[in-house]
Amino acid sequence: MSKKVVVIGAGPAGMETSTYLANFGFDVDLIEKENQVGGKLNHWDRLFPSMRKGDEVKEFLRKGNKFSNINLLLNTEIENVEQIDNKFIIATNNNKIQADAVVIATGFEIFDATKKEEYGYGIYDNVITSKDLELLFRQNKKIVRADGKPVKRVGIVHCVGSRDEKAGNIYCSKVCCVTGVKQAIEIHEANPDSEIYCFYMDLRMFGMQYEELYKKAQEEHGVQFIRGRLSEAAESLDGSVIVKVEDTLSGRPLKMSVDLLVLLVGFVPSQGTTKMGNLFGVSFNPNRFLEYSDEHTGTGLTNVPGVFLAGTCSAPRTLTNTILDARSTAMRVAGYLNAWETEKR
Amino acid sequence: MKVEGKRHIWKEYQKDIADDKYWYARSCIRQNFFPGSETAFLRILRNELGKDIFDSQCHTSCTGIGYHCDIVPFETTMTVVARQFSLMSEKGYKNYAASCITSFGLYTEILETWESHPHLLEKTRDNLYKSTGRTFEIPEDLAHTSDIIFKFRKEIFEKRKHSLINIQTGKPLRGVEHIGCHYAKMFPHKGVGGAEYPQVLAGMIEDWGGEVVDYPERRHCCGFGFRQYVVKANRGYSVANSHKKFESMEPFKPDFILTNCPGCPMFLDRWQYFIAETEGKTYGENGLGIPVLTYEELAGIVLGYDPWELGLQMHQVSIEPLLDKLGYEYDKSGKYKALDGTNLGKPENPTNLKITC
Repeated sequence: MSKKVVVIGAGPAGMETSTYLANFGFDVDLIEKENQVGGKLNHWDRLFPSMRKGDEVKEFLRKGNKFSNINLLLNTEIENVEQIDNKFIIATNNNKIQADAVVIATGFEIFDATKKEEYGYGIYDNVITSKDLELLFRQNKKIVRADGKPVKRVGIVHCVGSRDEKAGNIYCSKVCCVTGVKQAIEIHEANPDSEIYCFYMDLRMFGMQYEELYKKAQEEHGVQFIRGRLSEAAESLDGSVIVKVEDTLSGRPLKMSVDLLVLLVGFVPSQGTTKMGNLFGVSFNPNRFLEYSDEHTGTGLTNVPGVFLAGTCSAPRTLTNTILDARSTAMRVAGYLNAWETEKR
Repeated sequence: MKVEGKRHIWKEYQKDIADDKYWYARSCIRQNFFPGSETAFLRILRNELGKDIFDSQCHTSCTGIGYHCDIVPFETTMTVVARQFSLMSEKGYKNYAASCITSFGLYTEILETWESHPHLLEKTRDNLYKSTGRTFEIPEDLAHTSDIIFKFRKEIFEKRKHSLINIQTGKPLRGVEHIGCHYAKMFPHKGVGGAEYPQVLAGMIEDWGGEVVDYPERRHCCGFGFRQYVVKANRGYSVANSHKKFESMEPFKPDFILTNCPGCPMFLDRWQYFIAETEGKTYGENGLGIPVLTYEELAGIVLGYDPWELGLQMHQVSIEPLLDKLGYEYDKSGKYKALDGTNLGKPENPTNLKITC
């Protein structure tokens, strides 16, 4: 009888981990609290840096699950966990499952932008988040002001809730810089007469072709990159948003009016990640994500034997790195369940 | 503007405010700038609300202005503040009510310092005892006096003679609020409504029938900024700050400016005169300025107090147009009479800023 692995969370990490574990010959239950697979990929339109549709990647992941005969349990939430010897008895809202290993792939949430009160999200009509903008792209909606007027000038604020001690998040969310560049291009493509200003601290274009995308934004779309963090936003009489920034390259304060202000919200651990960490006794890192047993050699492993991590429940990651991490974790699970000598290092 | 978004934030920043038995610490400068305000506060608390409030004659400055101008060391400031607390303790009061925003901010800063650095509290106790022989208790409750008026805003409105309604149009009067920088910008959770969208004055305007107008430079300093004004060479910065605010609020056509800091009403009122006389620019209707009020003055207006007992004749910008919008009945000829009826004399009219008297 094959050994059973429960994978919690059917976002990209959970889907890809499941595919590889099933191909290794394990019996896999993939648990998802929502009524569909795909996680945050369901909210995303096009992906950096290639601008391919996110749905294409979702379809790739879904095919993997389909070919691998995975037992997908939608609308299922874990309520309790017991560990007896090396077995995990997992009680869900629908059933009880006995597992030999568990993979937590419960991912992230976006930072709640209302916490950066000075930016006015949820208060000013024309302040939105990168997630809201992505939804507009997905729905093929026009990028216009809340009153329906065209946008002539757009501000994009980087690092909202990331690298921000005041917000309690000192870490970099990794994807926001290049997302800002991607979205600036997309706004300009949709509104060729618009001017776009990105307000940043650093631009971390670490991935292949990110730098090219950044260059393209400037050369082909005229996107202006201004180094300086927003101090505040306010609403003017006509509903436009007045922003104050210190341009730290010129050393001067800057005040300008934009029709739309987009906040590039970072990652925070999802409620599911926190809940699973507590249920399974997995330790948390100082940034409140789940902790690998060793940052260099223990990726995928936790302090609890038999409990593994995949994807953004342990740290912010790009989609590419999430899929890589998922495959890597599948291998660590296989090593554990097959008692490979390499896993005893 | 989504008002519900503001209300959501307000819920995050509510604080306990004692409901009786206050020890009152006056401001160093308010009695000179707008002398009716503190008197009105005591009248409202004692006569309208029936509260026990002790008005000490023995307390000193908190040293806030000197502290923020970098001429009084923090250790000295803590010892002086400890003496204020000692005066309160010896009268048996536990709820400290500060009239000044800077004092409120400073007391908050000191209480936070003592909580996180207990050895500084012990050192301050030692310093106070050695210098005065006094001991003190830490207040159970610290409130700014605008917090207290906010707390009782509904009770005050029940006794109203006027709502903040323009009787000619039937519409709410439009008020812009200006919060003193030291109220909540340093410790957002110590201010009602927090630092970015404070509720303390907005709540009064809304619950007294008016409408709050949010304008882009609402958060900006009034221009006092201590060293902007106290250092004479910097006074251009002071008027530049106020100017920035007036230019920003002008398109919203506010009927009045409401403030809760000693310096803010002074600078927002007097700089309107200065700008009018130097630049020829006025910000109210028909060459008038925008009236600037303290929260006690506005409460007094809602309660129908004699405007001259409230000290409204001490304002540079004429207050009468606002009173007329409210349908206020008052003796216009009493503007320049002292409380005993003697004539104080009428000041010269400005050249550009229109006044009514």
